Amino acid sequence: MTFREDHEIHQRRFGRNLGVGLALAVFVAVVFGLTLAKVSGGGNIQGYDHSVRPALLPAEGE
Amino acid sequence: MSDATVTVLEQRPEASFHDYFKLLKPRVMTLVVFTALAGLVVAPVPVHPMVGFAAILFIAVGAGASGALNMWWDADIDAVMKRTAKRPVPAGKVSPGEALGLGLALSGLSVMMLGLAANLFSAALLAFTIFFYLVVYTMWLKRWTPQNIVIGGAAGAFPPMIGWAVATGGVSLESVLMFALIMLWTPPHFWALALFMKTDYSDAKVPMLTVTHGHDHTRLQVFIYTVLLAALAIGLAFTSIGGPVYLATALVLNARFLRGAWRIWRRTTPEAEADKYMVEKRFFRLSLTYLFAHFLALMAEAALAPFGLGGWA
Repeated sequence: MTFREDHEIHQRRFGRNLGVGLALAVFVAVVFGLTLAKVSGGGNIQGYDHSVRPALLPAEGE
Repeated sequence: MSDATVTVLEQRPEASFHDYFKLLKPRVMTLVVFTALAGLVVAPVPVHPMVGFAAILFIAVGAGASGALNMWWDADIDAVMKRTAKRPVPAGKVSPGEALGLGLALSGLSVMMLGLAANLFSAALLAFTIFFYLVVYTMWLKRWTPQNIVIGGAAGAFPPMIGWAVATGGVSLESVLMFALIMLWTPPHFWALALFMKTDYSDAKVPMLTVTHGHDHTRLQVFIYTVLLAALAIGLAFTSIGGPVYLATALVLNARFLRGAWRIWRRTTPEAEADKYMVEKRFFRLSLTYLFAHFLALMAEAALAPFGLGGWA
């Protein structure tokens, strides 16, 4: 079996796939970094879900 | 495969990643990143570096998305103008549908992610900016009125306001003044370009001021807007984000900018043609330094503040 040389189109397609892959990797890294920042920030990380949660209400005098 | 399909395939070579990236107008994006960063840095509320980084990234993606949408809508006039004929859509590398799809997808992604990373107000402001740039400027004003640049300039002026909103969750006098600084800077910047691009805009039937009102009137307008801009830029020095470093920068640059605008106003088209629009080209180059230096000086004030040196205090 012989390997044929890649056509220019295949090289370009590889470059495009690599670009999309890297962009997705950056996106995942940013979301992960954001998650760490939010969790370690000490803020309220629970959201309201249409029912009152006393734990999320600000304490008296705040 | 029909003959027609073969022809289409031959005409549209497969786009590279770089072609899609060019749809996002990377040069405009750098300005957006810089001014949004300035808005974020000078805001009085500290932001976690990761949140700040993500916010700037998504503002840049939102700006890129509006660039792609602009190229989708404007492909016909881009093809006519020398300056824009090589853009991916008029060059036939990316189809208009792909540009529209990419623009819409990135718009949604950037607004949603900014809302999650920072706050809903900044996300809403980003969404409004994309809407303003695409619908108000690109679809409506650009081909209709010679004031296109004046009102359309607002779209490019939002980033520092969004940066400020990321930190503070709102709007204030300072962020409105930063917005106004870019908005008033845009007309002299673009009209100087239009003066020496000569036939491009008339070929594309875009009602640029140089086409509808002539060069002499455009020269006057450049001067008027530069006077207004100088007053605002120097006034910004006396707000909570200004200070001596900014004031010194603003005084020097506005003096030079006013001098350039005065020279543009006082000369005629034959004089400009005689020296190949040297004064206009120099003014255009200065306008880039002008904006960069003003925002850099504002950031310098914020950076010096922890050492007791920034601002007027």
